Amino acid sequence: MRDGIGLVLTLVACGAVTFLTRFSFIAGGRWLALGPRLQALLRYVPPAVLAALIAPEIFVRDGVVALSLLSPRPIAALLAALVALYTRSVSLTIGAGLLALWLAQHFLP
Amino acid sequence: MSADTDPSQTAPASAWGECLAGIKAELPLLLGVVPFGLIFGVLGLAAGLPAWGVVAMSSVVFGGSSQVVFAQLWGAQVPAPVIAATVGVVNLRHALYSASLAQYLRELPMRWRVLLAYLLTDEAYAPTIRRFADGPATPNRHWFLFGAGFTLWASWQLSTVAGVLLGAAIPASWSLDFSIALTFIALLLPGIHRRSELVAALVAGTVALAAQGLPHKLWIIAAAVAGIAAGAASRRFDRRAGHA
Repeated sequence: MRDGIGLVLTLVACGAVTFLTRFSFIAGGRWLALGPRLQALLRYVPPAVLAALIAPEIFVRDGVVALSLLSPRPIAALLAALVALYTRSVSLTIGAGLLALWLAQHFLP
Repeated sequence: MSADTDPSQTAPASAWGECLAGIKAELPLLLGVVPFGLIFGVLGLAAGLPAWGVVAMSSVVFGGSSQVVFAQLWGAQVPAPVIAATVGVVNLRHALYSASLAQYLRELPMRWRVLLAYLLTDEAYAPTIRRFADGPATPNRHWFLFGAGFTLWASWQLSTVAGVLLGAAIPASWSLDFSIALTFIALLLPGIHRRSELVAALVAGTVALAAQGLPHKLWIIAAAVAGIAAGAASRRFDRRAGHA
């Protein structure tokens, strides 16, 4: 599944999932009911999924969980978090985070 | 947005006029989209995807955060069904957009609804719902969504290609793969307005680390489910009004 065919199939599957989500209600059927309870759950999807994706990028190196805060990636992530909160800009967050990562990699042992 | 570009005030009735209004409404949003497309092109290569895969993804999937998730998980050797499931979860909010626009597109032929659903992104939805909800109910108003959506689509494709060209010239020692995590941080933090959302994020992050040993990289799904459940369970700790 790691070859070109696998990539094409995965791309098509993800494209189909994305399109069908956007098409769902526009398609016109009444087969989907989005109740208030489901809507309340949907609110937690972005924070949960994003945090789940962020944590291993910061704290897992070479397949091992390393909870040290004084290493380049946690420091860079913390600084980027502050920039994200204050500027709300994706580009500035990435710029500041990468700069912090390079500096930390250079100066930390 | 200034008064002369406000689509809800000066919505023209012709198809081209609506399309043009959609393009105009979309232009300011490109300031955020074009750098994101560039970044996606660069980080897609850094995550180990071939250039053709990165470029193809921008038209096949056509969704910024879904594509970044795809690149990260593909780079981490995650099995295809888990990638598709995660992209599905990341995309759930689009079902809300679909539900809110459906009433305005009901009379259109199927080929129009297919095309507009394909073009329905966060950045196309935002100006379109204003036009549909506040503007006049003219028969050509779907062209507004087409104009906004197509402008975004074209910019996204071009900026991805530019990012791939740029990324091919950058050595791996620059740690550009970290921009995936940074992108998610930029998307996550400004969106947290309530305590329960913070709880959802903290629980999901913790479970993602604790469940790293699960087979088939199922830690992603486990962490997402745990975070959503924890968020919903802690709703009563949210303040009723004001900022939490």
